[in-house]
Amino acid sequence: MIETRELTKHFKEVRAVDGVDLSVARGELVALLGPNGAGKSTTLRMLTTLIPPTSGHAEVAGFDVVRQQREVRLRIGYIGQGNGAGHSQRGRDELISQGRAYGMRVPAARARADELIASLGLGEVANRAVSTLSGGQRRRLDIAMGLIHAPELLFLDEPSTGLDPQNRANLQEHIVRLRAEHGTTIVLTTHYLEEADSMAERVVVIDHGRIIADDTPQRLKATHVGDRVILGFASAHEAGEAARTAGGEQRGAEVRITSDDGPRLAARLAGSLAPVSIEVIRPTLDDVFLTLTGRSLREDATTLEPALVEA
Amino acid sequence: MTSLVADTRVVFSRELRPVIRDPFSVIFSMVQPLFFLGLFAPLLPGDSSLQWFVPGIIVMSCLFGSSMTGSNLLFEMQTGSHERMLVTPLRRPALLIGRALKEIVPMLAQAALIVAVCVPFGFELHLGGALLGLVILAGFCIGLGALSYTLALSSKNRDWMFWTVQQTLLFPLLLLAGVLLPIENGPGWLQALSKANPMTYVVNAERALFNGDVWARSTAEGLVAAAAVGLLGLVVGVRAMKRSD
Ligand SMILES: Nc1ncnc2c1ncn2[C@@H]1O[C@H](COP(=O)(O)OP(=O)(O)O)[C@@H](O)[C@H]1O
Ligand SMILES: [Mg+2]
Repeated sequence: MIETRELTKHFKEVRAVDGVDLSVARGELVALLGPNGAGKSTTLRMLTTLIPPTSGHAEVAGFDVVRQQREVRLRIGYIGQGNGAGHSQRGRDELISQGRAYGMRVPAARARADELIASLGLGEVANRAVSTLSGGQRRRLDIAMGLIHAPELLFLDEPSTGLDPQNRANLQEHIVRLRAEHGTTIVLTTHYLEEADSMAERVVVIDHGRIIADDTPQRLKATHVGDRVILGFASAHEAGEAARTAGGEQRGAEVRITSDDGPRLAARLAGSLAPVSIEVIRPTLDDVFLTLTGRSLREDATTLEPALVEA
Repeated sequence: MTSLVADTRVVFSRELRPVIRDPFSVIFSMVQPLFFLGLFAPLLPGDSSLQWFVPGIIVMSCLFGSSMTGSNLLFEMQTGSHERMLVTPLRRPALLIGRALKEIVPMLAQAALIVAVCVPFGFELHLGGALLGLVILAGFCIGLGALSYTLALSSKNRDWMFWTVQQTLLFPLLLLAGVLLPIENGPGWLQALSKANPMTYVVNAERALFNGDVWARSTAEGLVAAAAVGLLGLVVGVRAMKRSD
């Protein structure tokens, strides 16, 4: 569905996207995860024909994003970082205009608009001026507009940024349902770890315009960080013994062992070493990012967590 | 070609919809011309001053409305709805032409309103000439609208630039076209500047036409000036739209 080779975009001195090789198969749900300024939006904007690459090559839905823009545009849906609906317009009118922009006839566009208004719960606000809608309502209207022509490939740029947790959960549910019901290929960007973790089967981690990791969330965590099993013992002496037997790191009366399957290891060691306590810490995608870059993705985290870096 | 027309219709009707839903928006951009009409016209000497003044005010309201219209696009470029349109398969020229064509509708509504306000005060309407005058004005406001959109596209995220250029050009264009005061008695340099202003020919044509003088030289000059502005606007506007991201 998507095939890029050395895709690059420079804005004067800024290497916004720096040689991205990405390939996405039909039906995949891929999250591009990275901090602000990583180059996620720029990548999406090239793939959706909005801006030409500085160099490199990209094919989307089988067509070249520079030479066959119209073919690409006909086949994709795009929900950008901003709001797609004009503020002085009414939601329903915008949905119908959007359908017409994709060549649908008025009755078909109207019927499809009604369908989407119902399925996204916009019934009460569809006839109001867009400027009077709440953030969550506008975002759902954006999604409806992106879906009007039932595209086989949908791009979403930070779909849930700025939404409260409930609206965010709602939106994620819609996206997952869309995928389940229609087999739509979905590429979304996010800087929310939980979102990437819970929704996508495949997470592409981007930093400074480059792909630094690309795998399922589980495998990313297992490969780059691993589970940590922390065994507690009655004394430092016992802990020392256990560390020698099981091959972990001793800290006072504790032993820490890294493994790509923490629960299984814990179960095994519980029998053989007889610890007094067991804790299994499973890594987050933030731990993955931290291991790969030395920086955290969380907005509130400004310093490194030494314990994690050591582990 | 037919698909360009179809795309243009989609853009045109989208632009028109808020105007139809909320016709008062048309009146807002008319407040200034109406002030000039109410507060300036009584100062003009002679019985036939309205016959001279009103056609100019109709051109003025077209100038005000169409030159500001780019600010709508500027706003849509900031909110993301312009970007959303750019990702659709709509042909780029249609994105500009459809918007520019829409300028005709408020222009017609405003002209009708101004005439309706002035007739009770003794303004004499010559319908045939007036209709031809509106055809000329349509070409002029398409061009102005397209130029305003071009300015918006090149201002991109810099509102101040759009408004500075628009405001800086607005009054010289207006005054040099002799809308408020006749230019004929002015110094030579002013007359030369006035002759270089395409709007002068449009205003002169409207004055003759609204007074029923169809077969005047000014009609041909007005047609050429309006067509030239219209064409120039569309050409630079379409180029700017093709480069837009
Ligand atoms: N139009 C532009 N002009 C100049 N620099 C840009 C432009 N768009 C993005 N950038 C820069 O490119 C980098 C990547 O931006 P972006 O793709 O928006 O990141 P992300 O979406 O991951 O937050 C940033 O440093 C940003 O400032
Ligand atoms: Mg972004």
